[in-house]
Amino acid sequence: MNSTRYRMTLFAGAFQLAIWVATQSVHADQDKIQIGSKSFTESVILGEVLAHLARSTGVKVEHRAELGGTQILWQALQAGDIDAYVDYTGTIREELLSDVLKQGVEVRSESDMQEQMTKKHVIMSDHLGFNNTYALGMRETIAQAKNITKISDLTNHKDLEFGISDEFMERKDGWKQLALKYRFPVFDVKTMDHNLAYRGLERNSIQVTDLYTTDAEIEYYRLRVLEDDKGFFPTYYAVILMRSDLRERFPKAADALLSVVGKIDSSTMTAMSANVRLDRELETNVAASFLNEKLNLNVPLAQVDTSAEWKRFFGRLATTTKEHLFLVLVSLGLAIVSAIPLGVFAAKNEHAGNLILSIVGVIQTLPSMALLVFMIPLFGLGAIPAIAALFFYSLLPIVRNTYAGLTQIPTPTRESAEVIGLPSVARLRLVEIPLAMPSILAGIKTAAVINVGTATIGALIGAGGYGAPILTGIRLSSISLILQGAVPAAVMAVLVQYLFSWFERWCVSPGLRLK
Amino acid sequence: MFSLQNVSKSFGDLQVVKPTTIIFNEGQSTVLIGPSGCGKSTLLRLLIGLIVPDTGTIEFGGEKLTPSNILAQRQRMGYVIQDGGLFPHLTAQENVGLLAKHLRWDRSKIDKRVRELADLTRLPHTALNRYPLQMSGGQRQRVGIMRALMLDPAVVLLDEPMGALDPLVRFDLQEDLRNIFRSLRKTSIMVTHDMGEAGFFGDRVLLLSEGSIVQEGHLQDLIDRPANEYVTKFINAQRIPQT
Repeated sequence: MNSTRYRMTLFAGAFQLAIWVATQSVHADQDKIQIGSKSFTESVILGEVLAHLARSTGVKVEHRAELGGTQILWQALQAGDIDAYVDYTGTIREELLSDVLKQGVEVRSESDMQEQMTKKHVIMSDHLGFNNTYALGMRETIAQAKNITKISDLTNHKDLEFGISDEFMERKDGWKQLALKYRFPVFDVKTMDHNLAYRGLERNSIQVTDLYTTDAEIEYYRLRVLEDDKGFFPTYYAVILMRSDLRERFPKAADALLSVVGKIDSSTMTAMSANVRLDRELETNVAASFLNEKLNLNVPLAQVDTSAEWKRFFGRLATTTKEHLFLVLVSLGLAIVSAIPLGVFAAKNEHAGNLILSIVGVIQTLPSMALLVFMIPLFGLGAIPAIAALFFYSLLPIVRNTYAGLTQIPTPTRESAEVIGLPSVARLRLVEIPLAMPSILAGIKTAAVINVGTATIGALIGAGGYGAPILTGIRLSSISLILQGAVPAAVMAVLVQYLFSWFERWCVSPGLRLK
Repeated sequence: MFSLQNVSKSFGDLQVVKPTTIIFNEGQSTVLIGPSGCGKSTLLRLLIGLIVPDTGTIEFGGEKLTPSNILAQRQRMGYVIQDGGLFPHLTAQENVGLLAKHLRWDRSKIDKRVRELADLTRLPHTALNRYPLQMSGGQRQRVGIMRALMLDPAVVLLDEPMGALDPLVRFDLQEDLRNIFRSLRKTSIMVTHDMGEAGFFGDRVLLLSEGSIVQEGHLQDLIDRPANEYVTKFINAQRIPQT
């Protein structure tokens, strides 16, 4: 039977793929230094600064730029997927040392923090030289009209609309505590990306946002930074976090990284950010110019890519498409070969079935960020943790539709297969699976379409794909870049739909398509 | 051929089949008749092993039915249900040949047998490549009968096989079915609630009520010498064609 043989090949192929993925060296190689950065411009520039410094000692360096957030970087640092990155004292105290604080240990001074970090096998440097704290900001004109200069003035203006960044909303020292401290009334608060909030302010769809005090946009959009009159915001001095073992592995590079301590003051940082965000210079060149000037290094500037715009566009499209397809196909393939048997098992065993359906249901409700953070200690950074997360998200639609397809077969039909004397495996293969096929395919189609969209989160942990230009585009306020990720993702989703309609014609019996 | 010794079956608190002993003889056609819920279909499902008796034993061809031999035994039984119970994803030909194909018969052997059965059941050959949804009710039932006869079973069990058909189609098919079974000298056990059908098919009729056999014999015996008032009442409630 041809289709059986085909299915066997498909199975074998997927299985080999699974083994290949599992045997990929999971954590980063040891012969180069990995620098990390968060997905905002200042962090990316500082990541480039660190990368240049390490490279100046003759080591191979990789900069894993624009990772999805503090927890992802912290997990990656501990797992050894990155060796160093820049974080802020306030974040370190509240987010990274929260376990220590919970145990009742006093962490007051920065030397306390350094001591605690040492226990976690991480070196925390002294200040780089600037304090980039959170603040609330409004457009100068509106603040003036409403006579608002400090945060406590906000309590008298219930009509104000707030656009609060996801990270500030989630932080332990974030929005909720701020609102408590200042006894805010119930405001209209929207959660949004930090970079989009500036656009919101400009269009007056929000009036107040959280911002970083070194943001280049404060000047550009003529914003007023509100005074923190109750002293809520902790200080956020930039420091280097570095794995202790880097000192043994690459002593020279570790020293080189620390040589930038104390060299970047507030205005220098703001100017560098403005060079990238407003003057559209490359982060790597901004970082190099700074180092050449301040530390007398001799970092060569990268040639700005002068090839034609369309050439760069297609190059990027080809790369991101390849990465995106890889994420989608591998995760979907693995999901198909595990979810269909799970669905069959669930349909055949009532108790186990309920358990399986509820477990895959719960997985579906996990926020993607949380799932990604879980994956890093297991799989490191890159495509594999992203594939693992996408795999889990693909399970539910396929398991549920397999289950539904099988349990909806009318009893007389199921019994007919039994009474003609077919053994149970043959019944499944010759009768039940073919009858459930339209439902199973619909489940796979749903999983695939969701997967194409969700795979954009891969960019948060360095897996590339269409999420990467979206992330960079948001960071640099470049609509064109955002579209270079969003449009192909949408097109791919539509193509997946077509592909499955064609596939359906091919592997669902014509007898089931008669209506 | 087929025998039940002291077989009973309950669903929850309800004993659907009370301890019953029946012997079905080779070459004989038996009809189980009775009102809904009398246990006649349950008896048939016990025979084919879809359900397992609470007490008693069932023997088929001298061998006791057990969960381990039921698959092999079923291949020697044919089973026909209302509307044929066809697989909607397979054509008529594929429905009939499914088990044979699973048992790795030659394609040519399967084709030959299917054509033979189509002639026997008077199914037009053009219908062989149709899917169940493309066939009439009578054609589906004929295909169901072909499927039951494919492996030339020792016995054919029929559970209200005409239940879904309109009277004209039903009349033709009853005629054909009787001719088929007579010509093949097949042992058959049929469940129906239609007295006319029972008389038409059955060498022997078993009248059931509430899980027990009330009377057995030729239909004429039931009419002439009813065992009790219930038999008379059941017979009089139906309009019997002249036999």
